[in-house]
Amino acid sequence: MESNKVLNAEGLACPMPVVKAKKEIDNLNAGDILEIHATDKGAASDIPAWTKSSGHELVQQDEENDILKFWIKKA
Amino acid sequence: MGIQALTAAELAKKVMNQEPLFILDVRNEDEFQDWKVEGKNVEIINKPYFELLDGIDEILDRIPSDKEVLIVCAKEGSSQFVADMLAEADGGDYLYLQGGMKTWSEHIESVKAADLTDGGELYQFVRIGKGCLSYAVLSNGEAAIVDPVRFTDAFASFLEEKQAVLKYAVDTHLHADHISGGRELAERFDASYLLPEADAGGVTFSYEPLEDGKTLTVGSTEIDIQALYSPGHTIGSTSLVVDNQYLLTGDILFVDSIGRPDLAGKAEDWVGDLRETLYSRYANLDRNLIVLPAHFSKKEELDDSGRVMAKLDDLYARNHGLNIEDKDTFRRTVTENLPPQPNSYATIRQTNMGQAAPTEEEKTEMEIGPNRCAVS
Repeated sequence: MESNKVLNAEGLACPMPVVKAKKEIDNLNAGDILEIHATDKGAASDIPAWTKSSGHELVQQDEENDILKFWIKKA
Repeated sequence: MGIQALTAAELAKKVMNQEPLFILDVRNEDEFQDWKVEGKNVEIINKPYFELLDGIDEILDRIPSDKEVLIVCAKEGSSQFVADMLAEADGGDYLYLQGGMKTWSEHIESVKAADLTDGGELYQFVRIGKGCLSYAVLSNGEAAIVDPVRFTDAFASFLEEKQAVLKYAVDTHLHADHISGGRELAERFDASYLLPEADAGGVTFSYEPLEDGKTLTVGSTEIDIQALYSPGHTIGSTSLVVDNQYLLTGDILFVDSIGRPDLAGKAEDWVGDLRETLYSRYANLDRNLIVLPAHFSKKEELDDSGRVMAKLDDLYARNHGLNIEDKDTFRRTVTENLPPQPNSYATIRQTNMGQAAPTEEEKTEMEIGPNRCAVS
């Protein structure tokens, strides 16, 4: 899936994947897609929960070779 | 002023001593709803850390200034992060839970439950975060450990401290909510591992059958442990009567509830056994026996010393599960509207049968959450 920006948060522990994702998305325009790669297992539930509470849209979620991938559309 | 780590052991002490404590749990809402730190004087609120990234003003107002404040998250990082922001904002003191809920789930406290005949002792191990209870019977330098959780190092230190040799590791049934430490403990100390045969259909290792009427002797003064077949939670569930005074009920009877019969997918088949055990077999035992279950689910079940125990007679007077006269109502109560099944219960059963060998990290993930072995 196409994205406007890719955030590599692999190897980072909670809360950093979400902290960095928030920073990145703040710099994007409405409708842009942020792609996030993370390895912290907590991200699997925290990224979708953060997306929901912040009003953005989780377009897709995947797991590939233990890497969690998320595509988030900025509100 | 500033932030400081609180260990799971320190938190356990606070909970068991019923100290006032305010907890801000910063995990996401689903995880908080599923399972949290509980205690008689614990006030707890939930605010996910990712909702505090824009500022903590809205949460500052909700934090009391007259008691200790602990921040809790899944592993530690987010609680430290939020505690830092709070301390910076108001210059107050904030604690964060070292190792987070992961470590809390694994922490074990041992409390002496009773003195037995001729200097013997009975200890209860309280895995407070998960609600699991294990037991050790000690007599004359020998020990039996019943329903041990998987942290065998905790039992090893206990045996060393008490200078006791492990003779038996016993599981009252094949557990579905947590990974048993029974087999590993028995192997480590060259002791016998006992498991009811009817629960051991799929096991891949050797064990000694825990049969009805069997007597295990611990120590030369003969404190005996009498096996009593009591099916219902599982088809093999077997209780133990220790020193003719204590009834270790496994997951059949709890202080505030009764066991659920559905964790092996056979609720309808086992409900009759559960009824027979609770309403006939146990009912005919000496009512002065003290019940020691393998779980608790509510903090109210802990007594002032942090132990979970009750007289059998008292349970017949006040435990709802023992007072449902109509058979059909009983059947419906234990088969319908049950709480969700424990996390990963199918893989946990496979692991306890030796059919699966998860890594330590996977074991931790599998065991996260409450035990949920009771009907309600």
